[in-house]
Amino acid sequence: MNILVFIKRVPDTESKIRIRHETKAIVEEGLNFVISPYDEFAIEEALRLREAHGGVVRVVSAGKDESVAVLRKSLAMGADEAFLIKDAAPETYDGLRTARMIARAVERKFPGTDLLLFGKQSVGADNSQVPAMVAELLGLPQATVVTKLEVAHGAATACREIEGGAEKVALSLPAVVSAQKGLNEPRYETLKGIMAAKKKDIPVVTLEELGFGADDLAPQVEITGLDVPAARQSGKVLQGDPADTARELVALLRNEAKVV
Amino acid sequence: MIAVFMETRDGKIKKSSLEALSEAKRRAAELGGQAVAVLVGSGVEGLGSGSFAAGADGVYVLDSPALADYSAQGYALALAEWAAEARPAAVLFAATAMGRDLAPRVAARLGVGLVSDCTGVAVMNGKLEFTRPIYAGKAVLTCSLRSSPQLATLRPNVFPLGEAVPGAGEVVRKDVVVPDGAVKGRVTEVLKEESCEIDVTEAEVIVSGGRGLKGPENFALLRELAALFPRSAVGASRSAVDSGWIGHQHQVGQTGKTVSPSLYFAVGVSGAIQHLAGMSSSKVIVAVNKDPEAPIFKVADYGIVGDLFQVVPLLAQELKKALAE
Repeated sequence: MNILVFIKRVPDTESKIRIRHETKAIVEEGLNFVISPYDEFAIEEALRLREAHGGVVRVVSAGKDESVAVLRKSLAMGADEAFLIKDAAPETYDGLRTARMIARAVERKFPGTDLLLFGKQSVGADNSQVPAMVAELLGLPQATVVTKLEVAHGAATACREIEGGAEKVALSLPAVVSAQKGLNEPRYETLKGIMAAKKKDIPVVTLEELGFGADDLAPQVEITGLDVPAARQSGKVLQGDPADTARELVALLRNEAKVV
Repeated sequence: MIAVFMETRDGKIKKSSLEALSEAKRRAAELGGQAVAVLVGSGVEGLGSGSFAAGADGVYVLDSPALADYSAQGYALALAEWAAEARPAAVLFAATAMGRDLAPRVAARLGVGLVSDCTGVAVMNGKLEFTRPIYAGKAVLTCSLRSSPQLATLRPNVFPLGEAVPGAGEVVRKDVVVPDGAVKGRVTEVLKEESCEIDVTEAEVIVSGGRGLKGPENFALLRELAALFPRSAVGASRSAVDSGWIGHQHQVGQTGKTVSPSLYFAVGVSGAIQHLAGMSSSKVIVAVNKDPEAPIFKVADYGIVGDLFQVVPLLAQELKKALAE
């Protein structure tokens, strides 16, 4: 099986986000960047499928040169090859722009791919757009937010999370699948993996190579503002006898907050 | 004209789609246009009346036997074809499992931008301006779209339903041709969770538990409290989920779900930055924790410092009395 996994470099979830208002962008200095957590489930699933069915796992990231670090981590986890689609643009929050790069790369650089795996969303932009957009651009079926995946004989069955349950989706391959927490437990890199990853070359794919001109990827999303939310004020804290505090709280919810 | 995709499950229009329609109606009034509902499926004309009651100026039904079961490919084909012909200024979806699956496909098919999971929509210079949390709510982005139609998904439970209006109108039915082989993936089965709980993203009241619960069996306390409210759900912190005490679909926060209920109880939840990001947009937050220094108290409107195993049953008792009155 030829599997492609798409990953993104994002600030880790511990990060406190600060804004640079003049550029309407987040302040990147001092942040620790990691593989977007949902993408790790995608990598793990690819490795397990390779172990079960054989084949090649290739990992691709679109972004700045710094994304090489997360690609190298995916190699250390066990991916066979990694590629950087070099895009120097700052975060656009425009899923279609990224999807067009990826779809073009799949067509030109990775023909014969059976399965395209993504995280269900990047932690940060929180768009949940790119997997389904890539599927549409390539005319492939999709299952998004997947917690269980079975692949056999050119077809896949995926369980995707929906409100209050799950739905089973039957897909013919090639197909796009986006991973939700619960799909698997991502492995840690081994020392041997880390050493081997250091030696591997990570080829760079340029936007020119993919046939994009200077204006072809102008974002459709126009950022008009970026801010941190107004901080919540801490409210009334009750202490003392549990029965009294419970009674007092319910009175407040009823008479002051008016939610009961 | 602002169009809204009306999601149906079990032969009913979802509440979050009606919320999106209500918002479309308000913004369309500002823009001097109409709000229309678009239903996709096979034999779903009968659901049109519900859309009129929610204020739709018109209802379109995109019909084909091939669309009887949901498929992202089939539905996207029908909606994109309709939008290319009807040329609405905007198409809105509820940011549900289906809306998030479908809207990006429609956007890609039309070659237009999409704004996901909006919590606010305004009118600015004749276009829509969207507000949406990013970094699970640690930052807020406002943006507009250069492309047309403007596509967006709206977060459930955020936009108020308009008042029901008596009214009916013409349901315009359009037969959709889905070419053979155009749909390569489809839903074969829908599995309901046994507990029948509604999803945390759709709940109006959430009772969440964290490490302070000490074990999976103690989530029963929270279920009892939640059961007092209609449209309620049990949530959890990441540490409770990662300890295997409750399924990940209950996780609130970054790498979980971002929620905005009317009332959020955080029980034995310390308030890690990832959790706070996911629930700080709740309207009223109540915290119960034995540690008075727990960060959760910094965002809570009301807090009780105490032993949750004592406080929660008493709280349930008091609430039961208050709700019965």
